[in-house]
Amino acid sequence: MPAVAVHTEVFSQLVKSTALASGMPTARQAFVPQPVVDRTAAQLRSYIEGADPVSGRPFLREVIEGLTRPLDDADLSGLSFERATPRLLEPDGEDNLHALFEENRWTDHLPIVLPTEERVEAMLRGTGRDPDEVVGTLRPTAYREAWEFTVEKVAVNAVMAGARPAYLPVILALAATGQTARSSSTNSFAVIAAVNGPIRGEIGMNDGIGAMGPYNHANATIGRAYNLASINLQGGSVPGDTYMGSVGNWYNYSSTFAEAEERSPWQPFHVQKGFAAQESAASVFFGAWYTHAGYGPRDTWQENFRRSLAGCEHHFPPLFVMDPVCARGLVERGFDTKEKMIDWLADNARLPAREYWDNQWVKTLIHPLAVAGVEPFATRLRAAPEESIRIFEPSDINIVVAGGETQGAWKMIAGRYSEGGTVSVDAWR
Amino acid sequence: MSQRLTVHDPRGTPPKVTGERLAPRLQSLDGKVVYLVDCLFDNSDRFMGELLDWFGGNLPSVDARVVKPRESWVDDPGMRKRIENDGDGAILGVGL
Repeated sequence: MPAVAVHTEVFSQLVKSTALASGMPTARQAFVPQPVVDRTAAQLRSYIEGADPVSGRPFLREVIEGLTRPLDDADLSGLSFERATPRLLEPDGEDNLHALFEENRWTDHLPIVLPTEERVEAMLRGTGRDPDEVVGTLRPTAYREAWEFTVEKVAVNAVMAGARPAYLPVILALAATGQTARSSSTNSFAVIAAVNGPIRGEIGMNDGIGAMGPYNHANATIGRAYNLASINLQGGSVPGDTYMGSVGNWYNYSSTFAEAEERSPWQPFHVQKGFAAQESAASVFFGAWYTHAGYGPRDTWQENFRRSLAGCEHHFPPLFVMDPVCARGLVERGFDTKEKMIDWLADNARLPAREYWDNQWVKTLIHPLAVAGVEPFATRLRAAPEESIRIFEPSDINIVVAGGETQGAWKMIAGRYSEGGTVSVDAWR
Repeated sequence: MSQRLTVHDPRGTPPKVTGERLAPRLQSLDGKVVYLVDCLFDNSDRFMGELLDWFGGNLPSVDARVVKPRESWVDDPGMRKRIENDGDGAILGVGL
């Protein structure tokens, strides 16, 4: 069936590289200006009757010729090729190699440790797994091709991040989730990782003062390794091609921390997800986009929480990180389990239906499901415009306790948890 | 001159790319059914509505029809079957 795909101009390089990787570099495309969102019918009509901003030719000519222009040899054959990546690079001086890594965008633009054979070999002593064992695949987004990687390739990126061999099981576990920490989404997503179990103490992770900041070698370098691995093992995180986040996200440097299990009044997160307390596990939370923060609980904690919940991006539930002081204060108010607290949060995360359905991503991702009758979205769609509706379900919201007890701080951070988002660290020792 | 070092390539292994030929093109759109596939991005329905209106006003010999998948970014075999059975061509779009 002849087809033409229409895109906005800002995606032109992404379209080109995706078509190439699909073996159809000559697939017919047409482009309109950015944005389409929030444009009136008249403005969109002017796009249609105007020029394709990529080719400079009339948009409709691109569309009609895309369906009717006879195929040439390139159209008929497509393009087959292999893109080998060598195990080792050509030997060179240290400065040149640093420049090569920077020019190829294999770094986060901070200095890296060069992954020499000796350093990678030392890193691999951190796991009993075979260096050639395939760990899994990663991709910047669901419609890009998945790249495969081995234990050794993860170790290479761990060396680059400055991690120690003892951290490698955690880094391998994070890579094995299959969740990239460098999504190409226009939403500038990152991934927050929480570590539970004995491994935290064994490698000296921080769950106290500054747990979510750059104050601990293990936290910092594990998070950085996960991001560098995501960049390189998936085939890049290059603006305009394999990264399209509009304003970017500092969480993409490093965002891994440990839960303060011993000081939390509640069940550890990995135990909630079916692991034994003495097992070590890592959990990934996708998003890390918005952050709301506050202190509490105080007399007006309910109003405070409700305001922040209403301010969460409507299609993206929060990971709630709270200091043990805050958690214990909530226990004193009757929330003696995380589940009870989560039920309250879900029931109080509310918006008028009109505001909820006006969200760009709710309209794109959730509205079609609501129209198809999928619950709870269909119920939300039936609500009157000013009716207060729940925007998250209890299963959407997660709580991890961490912090140094210098005050009852809390944060709500975009953090979607998916089934299978908690993986064993012990399996990678 | 600094010492020459041998270091690892940090990249994963990309899959082999297998070329795919494009589908045969139409000689003309006259009398053909062209599906305008609304990919469900916010406002793409309005864009496709305008494109439908343009076909109606400028190329009335083309039977242009808007169609939507059941869910955003998820393959809809039923929709594809309908296009394959009834259509001669497709225009897909558009976000963002």
